[in-house]
Amino acid sequence: MTESLLSLVPKAEAKQSMKDFKSDQEVRWCPGCGDYAVLAAVQGFMPELGLAKENIVFVSGIGCSSRFPYYMNTYGMHSIHGRAPAIATGLASSRRDLSVWVVTGDGDALSIGGNHLIHALRRNVNLKILLFNNRIYGLTKGQYSPTSEVGKITKSTPMGSLDAPFNPVSLALGAEASFVARTVDSDRKHLTEVLRQAADHPGTALVEIYQNCNIFNDGAFEVLKDKEQAQEAVIRLEHGQPIRFGADGGKGVVRDPATGDLQVVPVTPANEASVLVHDARSASPTTAFALSRLADPDTLHHTPIGVFRSVVRPVYDTLMADQLDTAVEQNGKGDLAALLTGNDTWTVVG
Amino acid sequence: MTSQVSSPAEHADEADGAGEALVGGPRRPAGDKEVRRLDRVIIRFAGDSGDGMQLTGDRFTSETATFGNDLSTLPNFPAEIRAPAGTLPGVSSFQLHFADHDILTPGDAPNVLVAMNPAALKANIGDVPPGGEIIVNTDEFAKRAMAKVGYETSPLEDGSLEGYRVHPVPLTTLTIEALKDFGLPRKEAERSKNMFALGLLSWMYHRPTEGTERFLRQKFAKKPQIAEANVAAFRAGWNFGETTEDFAVSYEVAPATAAFPTGTYRNISGNLALSYGLIAASRQADLPLYLGSYPITPASDILHELSKHKNFGVRTFQAEDEIAGIGAALGAAFGGSLAVTTTSGPGVALKSETIGLAVSLELPLLVVDIQRGGPSTGLPTKTEQADLLQAMYGRNGEAPVPIVAPKTPADCFDAALEAARIALTYRTPVFLLSDGYLANGSEPWRIPDVDSLPDLRTQFATGPNHALADGTEVFWPFKRDPQTLARPWAVPGTPGLEHRIGGIEKQDGTGNISYDPANHDLMVRTRQAKVDGIEVPDLDVDDPDGARTLVLGWGSTYGPITAAVRRLRREGTPVAQAHLRHINPFPANLGEVLTGYDKIVVPEMNLGQLATLIRAKYLVDAHSYNQVNGMPFKAEQLAAALKEAIDD
Repeated sequence: MTESLLSLVPKAEAKQSMKDFKSDQEVRWCPGCGDYAVLAAVQGFMPELGLAKENIVFVSGIGCSSRFPYYMNTYGMHSIHGRAPAIATGLASSRRDLSVWVVTGDGDALSIGGNHLIHALRRNVNLKILLFNNRIYGLTKGQYSPTSEVGKITKSTPMGSLDAPFNPVSLALGAEASFVARTVDSDRKHLTEVLRQAADHPGTALVEIYQNCNIFNDGAFEVLKDKEQAQEAVIRLEHGQPIRFGADGGKGVVRDPATGDLQVVPVTPANEASVLVHDARSASPTTAFALSRLADPDTLHHTPIGVFRSVVRPVYDTLMADQLDTAVEQNGKGDLAALLTGNDTWTVVG
Repeated sequence: MTSQVSSPAEHADEADGAGEALVGGPRRPAGDKEVRRLDRVIIRFAGDSGDGMQLTGDRFTSETATFGNDLSTLPNFPAEIRAPAGTLPGVSSFQLHFADHDILTPGDAPNVLVAMNPAALKANIGDVPPGGEIIVNTDEFAKRAMAKVGYETSPLEDGSLEGYRVHPVPLTTLTIEALKDFGLPRKEAERSKNMFALGLLSWMYHRPTEGTERFLRQKFAKKPQIAEANVAAFRAGWNFGETTEDFAVSYEVAPATAAFPTGTYRNISGNLALSYGLIAASRQADLPLYLGSYPITPASDILHELSKHKNFGVRTFQAEDEIAGIGAALGAAFGGSLAVTTTSGPGVALKSETIGLAVSLELPLLVVDIQRGGPSTGLPTKTEQADLLQAMYGRNGEAPVPIVAPKTPADCFDAALEAARIALTYRTPVFLLSDGYLANGSEPWRIPDVDSLPDLRTQFATGPNHALADGTEVFWPFKRDPQTLARPWAVPGTPGLEHRIGGIEKQDGTGNISYDPANHDLMVRTRQAKVDGIEVPDLDVDDPDGARTLVLGWGSTYGPITAAVRRLRREGTPVAQAHLRHINPFPANLGEVLTGYDKIVVPEMNLGQLATLIRAKYLVDAHSYNQVNGMPFKAEQLAAALKEAIDD
């Protein structure tokens, strides 16, 4: 089981409400933007954590989503493009009494800031990273992003984009992430449940949030949101449950015995027992990775949402703090005069 | 007389103040060989990168420091870890200048060259003046090794070393012979030849030897046989000097008793002093130290050193890149740490955007730049002062950053404390501009009394600082201290002061996003005014003779400039000297100082960057004297150039 590090963060003295987490700043995203829903979900979820709000910090990079900290009545920093995980790493590793959240987008996290993201994940710094993925550059007015589908026609790619996209969940799993989840902006209940698990996770939690940009990439996730289509398109992952979806759970995920890969099959009484049971806590990320590859990058059919992986491994900030304690145990608390003097001295007397 | 008798040019002007040194006593040679007394000596150890010349030099330096001479060192090594053996690019050297009086530089030209192979001889012989002493390892002068560096005939036999006093010593053979009872493989035994050479030189100059023996036993504590082999080679070298006919004379260089004020001393390099300065600043500010850094020559030693001192509450974070190094530091600064990032020029280029963010956020942050040869990768292991304008201007927008520059290796300690004072008082990133010469060079350091260090404590904001029109008490993150123009530092965890800051322009006072033209103009001017208003000490001018020419320097050129100025004054040429520690802002009296002279000469290891700043700000006709060859100025050369400028 997970050992939450939330116990290091001071608790709120009084019961909080969503209102406590709204800043006095006017929210300035485009009307209809998916970011509003995520903001509301986060503000609505925060009181549940019951943390002193002065001990919560939101750090963001650059992009539409990165305006997020301005709207949270907590401490916050709107930093520079791609660098939020690095800045948050310094904050979290020096202040374990803080709950540190990173808000980023597909361009911020996966393009200019790709390096910082993967290294935060491998270190397992105690950060909660909310990656708003709208598969487009919004703030610069509509260029393709590193998660855009191949052939995307945008202002910078009038004949279609040429480069293959990243799958953020696959990337995070490959970068040794200990917690990886995916959710959707419009599904408040699911989003909140994922936030709940992420907040409780010791170490880096990466939450990919599919978010609609109604100006430059409207409807990008419609297939996952439209009730009828979603039934066939969305695979809801729940730890310990067989991975089934579709009308009446008529489809399931099974392992191909020949290749070891996963495939979607109609569930029959004959194969029902072989439907994969989701194990987010599996020591190996292999199956989680295979799940992340199920979705068709173009149609988004068979898109799993939920927690792909949630395992406990040493947290960087804890290890760093432990080393400081060990150093004091071994050498005593630092004595500046002794340090400056060193071992080889000579004395000049007047 | 021998070439080792120095000119008096570098003698201290103030030679009284009689002190008496209590030091590790000299080890005197037995026997009845002649002993001559010298006032100073410059020795250069040179060999292959793998020959252990830096270690040999370090040990000789430690012996010399313990003995009580004044000293200055210049390590010089290639960027390649192990360049092809026996080649010119693979030569590594260590120069040490030590004296019975106050000295300022590692010396222009070695009196003694120890050449471990033909490449070392070839690469260094040009620096040794005629009459200099050369100790060569004859074992390495095989035809092939000589051909590798272009010697068609042996320089030991063809007369090309005529005019030098050459000591041909089969160092390798003698070392192997000395270690034959250890049963080591030949290759292993050979490796101790640097200790044999060190023993021989220690004999020549009566160095105390206990320290080196203790050092070897500690260094090889896990390999006692190797430790003893090295000690044996070291002793064999000493004994060789004592017995062989070839070395008829040994030398005494008395302790520099008059050069040092009363106190306890140690030898210290610039990077070590800078590391200690950061730890001291953390203690004096009562804030935890946080270093975010990415390895880069010649700054990595600071990361190494600080990572050893976690019991001081020091957190060191080796980041994935330069940008993350400063990013993490800035995050820690937001959280209330004394935050530092260490790098060299190429790293500063990568950090520029984050430095700009720190300017905008107005958080304390130390950016330590150990300058090296540039542009681009440049000369990683060589020194240069060419990042000054990068530090001054290398950011988008109007982004002023204070600059502090240490002048000697030991001064890096005080400069780090001073940079921290400015950062904490004014809530600003600060550049600390050291360089490769200061970083790796060393000198005696009078260990300060920790109770005399400056108080750097600062106040975090604890409550509201502003009343709205309706009387509501609020916290404004950009409401400034009227004196310093610093904004409050409200760290997360402080109830009631929740606020958001960012790189977008902020409204004066509230810190809310503002695109208002007048507000931006105000904020740009206010950030500039804050840096312009930083209180720094007035510039001291050393001008005993009422000179008409002022030599103005900054950073590591202090030693060579001062040595050159002393030479000129001894020759009867009046010249004034001033050295800048603060380059942004300049000392308040700088303009007045400059207008007091007919001529201003600015020697720099760049193409005139300080001179550009001086000319722009004070409209004076500052003359540049520049050298950009990766090496510090030589005093003699600089004196000649200054003389020419004065007489011009």
